[in-house]
Amino acid sequence: MLKLLSKSIREYIGPTIITPLLMIGEVAMEVLIPMLMALIIDNGVYAGDMDYIVRMSVLIVLSALLSLSFGVAGAFTAAKASSGFAKNLRHDIFYHLQDFSFRNIDSFSTSSLITRMTTDVQNVQQSYQMLTRICFRAPVMFIFAIVMVANTGGSLVMIFAVAIPVIAVLVYLLMRKVHPIFNRVFKNYDKLNMVVEENLTGIRTVKAYVREAHQIEKFNDSSASIRNDFVKAQKFMILMNPMVQAVAYICMLAICWFGAHLIMGGKMGTGQLMSTFTYTMQILSSLVMIAMIITMLSISRASAERICQVLATEADMELDGPGLREVENGDIEFRNVNFSYGGKGQSLCLKDINIKINAGEMVGILGPTGSGKSSLISLIARLYDVTEGSVLVGDHDVREYNLTALRNRVAVVLQKNTLFSGTVRSNLQWGNKDATEEEMKWALTVANADFVFSAKDGLDSIVEQGGNNFSGGQKQRLCIARALLKNPQVIIFDDSTSAVDTATDAKIRQALRNDVKGATKIIISQRVNSVLDADKIIIMDNGRIQDVGTHDELMERNEVYQALVSVQLGGKENAGSDE
Amino acid sequence: MPGPMNRRMGTTMVKHGGRTFKRLFSEVFRGKGLRLAVVFACIIISALVTVFVSSMIETLIDDYVTPLITGQLDSFAPLFSAIVRWAAIMAFGVLSVYVYTRIMVTIAQDALMNIRDKMFEKLQRLPISYYDQTQHGATMSLFTNDVDTLQQMIGQSLVGIVSSLLTVIMVLVTMIRNSWQLTLVVIAATVILMYVTKSVAKKSGRNFAAQQANLARVNGFIEEMINGSKVVKVFCHEGESEKDFDAINEQLCETMTKAGSYSNVMGPITMNIGNLQYVVLVFIGSAICIMAGDFASGYTVGMLAAFLQLSRSFANPISQIAQQANFILMALAGAERIFEFLDRENEVDNGYVTLVNCTEDENGNVTESEERTGRWAWKHPHTDGSPVTYTPVRGAIEMHDVDFGYVQDKIVLHDITLYAKPGQKIAFVGSTGAGKTTITNLLNRFYDIQDGKIRFDGININKIRKDDLRHSLGMILQDTHLFSGTIMENIRFGKLDATDDEVIAAAKLANAHDFIMMMPDGYNTMIENDGEGLSQGQRQLLSIARAAVADPPVLVMDEATSSIDTHTETLVQSGMDRLMEGRTVFVIAHRLSTVRNSNCIMVLDHGRIIERGTHDELLAAKGVYYRLYTGAFELE
Repeated sequence: MLKLLSKSIREYIGPTIITPLLMIGEVAMEVLIPMLMALIIDNGVYAGDMDYIVRMSVLIVLSALLSLSFGVAGAFTAAKASSGFAKNLRHDIFYHLQDFSFRNIDSFSTSSLITRMTTDVQNVQQSYQMLTRICFRAPVMFIFAIVMVANTGGSLVMIFAVAIPVIAVLVYLLMRKVHPIFNRVFKNYDKLNMVVEENLTGIRTVKAYVREAHQIEKFNDSSASIRNDFVKAQKFMILMNPMVQAVAYICMLAICWFGAHLIMGGKMGTGQLMSTFTYTMQILSSLVMIAMIITMLSISRASAERICQVLATEADMELDGPGLREVENGDIEFRNVNFSYGGKGQSLCLKDINIKINAGEMVGILGPTGSGKSSLISLIARLYDVTEGSVLVGDHDVREYNLTALRNRVAVVLQKNTLFSGTVRSNLQWGNKDATEEEMKWALTVANADFVFSAKDGLDSIVEQGGNNFSGGQKQRLCIARALLKNPQVIIFDDSTSAVDTATDAKIRQALRNDVKGATKIIISQRVNSVLDADKIIIMDNGRIQDVGTHDELMERNEVYQALVSVQLGGKENAGSDE
Repeated sequence: MPGPMNRRMGTTMVKHGGRTFKRLFSEVFRGKGLRLAVVFACIIISALVTVFVSSMIETLIDDYVTPLITGQLDSFAPLFSAIVRWAAIMAFGVLSVYVYTRIMVTIAQDALMNIRDKMFEKLQRLPISYYDQTQHGATMSLFTNDVDTLQQMIGQSLVGIVSSLLTVIMVLVTMIRNSWQLTLVVIAATVILMYVTKSVAKKSGRNFAAQQANLARVNGFIEEMINGSKVVKVFCHEGESEKDFDAINEQLCETMTKAGSYSNVMGPITMNIGNLQYVVLVFIGSAICIMAGDFASGYTVGMLAAFLQLSRSFANPISQIAQQANFILMALAGAERIFEFLDRENEVDNGYVTLVNCTEDENGNVTESEERTGRWAWKHPHTDGSPVTYTPVRGAIEMHDVDFGYVQDKIVLHDITLYAKPGQKIAFVGSTGAGKTTITNLLNRFYDIQDGKIRFDGININKIRKDDLRHSLGMILQDTHLFSGTIMENIRFGKLDATDDEVIAAAKLANAHDFIMMMPDGYNTMIENDGEGLSQGQRQLLSIARAAVADPPVLVMDEATSSIDTHTETLVQSGMDRLMEGRTVFVIAHRLSTVRNSNCIMVLDHGRIIERGTHDELLAAKGVYYRLYTGAFELE
């Protein structure tokens, strides 16, 4: 895990290494100063030696300045290292995600991917900063301080030989007790937030069914369990402070007692006794710091693991590999295709698919939800790989193409489509970065999205996140225009006019027929109307092609089709057509 | 604990700090006066002990070590008894720290729980217009960020600042008693420290705000790109989005480095100002000591040593206060937002006509019943003192000349008049924005009308208690919202006391039973994340089942079957017909095939009913409906 994460350090290796060094320097000064202070008292003040005091004061001032510079420099390098590391980490995850195939994307939920890239990265960044700053600081301070006590206080150091193990064991026991409770608290927090979120989105349902009281009860339950867990965890956590304080006090008393003896025995000065007090505090506080680091690291460990899961997932399709870069024509052929989202051995959602579609044809696909319509078309742009058999575009297996080249020539208007925040223009440029104004206008006209022209800002109209400032039908038409700009050889519409009324739908199809002549057009729809006039209509059922034919042929022989027509058009087969 | 709380520093804007603090204080400590007194006493004790410990060394040196050296004392026995005494005092201090933190844990967690519960209850009681006008993110942030900062404040900062303040005062008093000259030095150093802290904090705050803005931008971009990742792939847009991402990621890194640097720098600065102050103290102190004989008799080395120790325990609480004050300001800003939220007006309900169980004898006389009879009546008390009347619930709906606008002067529905007799099916047809959904939202009083009257079984709906009105209206909305829980629980949402059998019967009616049985745990399958993994069609089936189990006399179906493919729809249709039987039904549908058998079809345009009649009548009239039906007219 660490190895995977450490790859993101890169150019920030400098500050990452310098920071702990600066911290060690700062700590050394921090430990040195109390010693100098002790000397000043013992040799200067008691002896009334003003010269000595001046000399040592200068030394202390210098040390303080040095410590200050180390500290300030370290502050900057630490910030640089951790921000840089986080930047690289974000960069790496983002780039890695771009390489993901549809199958890879399906294996994570989108909300979890978002959390991994935001909250988890922030947690890891915090720990990283801590690692560079405190992680060295605390143990180094601990060791230095022990050495200094041994040096100035002599045998007083024995006190710590007893105190340190005691405090370490106490802290360890405490952590072990508290940790699982905190984990539970975090989970409960997520649950609580979920309940709030659900009620924000579903408030109309709640109110329509008068379920306010019920929801409040549910919320109060999880709110109470958070409270109880927190109290339980903190009941232990708050022991920490008094515990450490108690040990510190005991140490001080012991130092008082034994120190007095040492001074009497002439083995120690008063100033040395005082600096021993300071070191005692340093030793104990560095112990507490170490304990805190361990807890925090273990909290962010979960975050690091989640990030590594993403980074360790290997993209299973190469975006820019070798392979054909030209798609010769828009012929499509399925040969004995079996397909399952889970791979071989899983239940198939496409079985024995054999069909040939000629370049330039308009093909309609009908069938109930779950019959495999979307799965079928997703194989053409190689969004997924077939489980068995092969899919050919332009007489070559789709796996022989360079993926980018293939997808540039095969446009898919997805069922779950999105616009991105920006302008209409910037969204259309997704289809073709260099599209001219004329080309954009043409695409918008074909897609019947002329509402853009009547808008005040035209092509520069603002698009909000997810395109939420447009109606469902408008969004779908913009998505169609975007796909048209790719000037594709195959264009696939996956139920992409469901929110467009029948008349406009008909106009779009008419325009496609007239203005996008060369491209093969595949239309998935739930409306018979939308496919009536197609060159071929494919009827899907339960993962198989149940029938293929023109409207007239199917009207004659296919019962499913007849039933659909009669339900939707009331038996009037010409209703809603283009004429 | 690390967490989101340290991500919002710098966004402090407190308008009525004093008032908010007072309210928060009473919210947290109301009825807990005794415990508050104990906490306060314990804080004082522990502060006293802290000061005592700082001056312990003086006593040690002056009263025991020096006398031992000079031979005024000849044994360690007095020192031993002193140490025992000190130990007792320290134990007392440790104990008091434990007591007050322990009490505060419960007080803080209770207060947080109460505030959260109050907020959620408020959330349930707010009128629909609140949800229309407020972004979800803003409300969520009240529950997460703002409550988090409160937790920090009540749990730690409040006690921390009081104890630091007490410590500072006591240390100051002790220092002045020891030596006012040296105290001046300490005060001077403190002033410098505060000045530096303030200016660094200002810079840091500015950069922090910039960092938060950039972070929000990067996170927003990530969210958008991940949600649209399949679209990115289909358009081979990977390279472009990588480039865009790099640019804002770089900016974020820059501001983060700056903000981080300034906040990291505080520690070393504070510490070393302390060190320099120490040197100055030693210098002046020693000078005084050495020259003590001349003008400052009574100064001892022990005194100086103690003073030095004291001066060190002075800087610490001062920087604590600065830090905690910052937290408290942040928390007050959050508390202010929370109180503002809690002070919002609830959904108003002046209804007094209620829904009661009843029995009906053969003469049509209705009597109220305590038991569940399966029959319902409106209980209508009259203001003029005449006896309470009971009207059986039948499901007749009338609208007379109804005008409505979401805002006062922008009317979106005009002169809506319609009658639905019990058991009739009324359909609304029209383009998006014509006002179809709005009409149904008036029936259940999500919004109140501007003019006109709506009657339910002849009773003005303004007189009916909202809860009861909604109980008698089943709504199947455009978007189905599922709540985390089992499928069983989600259907039971319609009627909390429904038995498992009733739920299953309802699911069968809606044709949802089959797909539910195919799920891993059947009816006990857990639903999470608003039904992730369920298709839109399946969700709508669940929503229909939910309405079926509620069994209301009036049903509103807003595009209830829009996402069910026609194949499945025919399956659902029979169940729907059974569900609609004997009920008054309002249907909104895009697909005209679903409204054909309605008793009356209303064609809406720009908030007005422009045509009404049965399917055949409307076709014969060859108006808008005819053109819609034949596909010659745009419907969006």
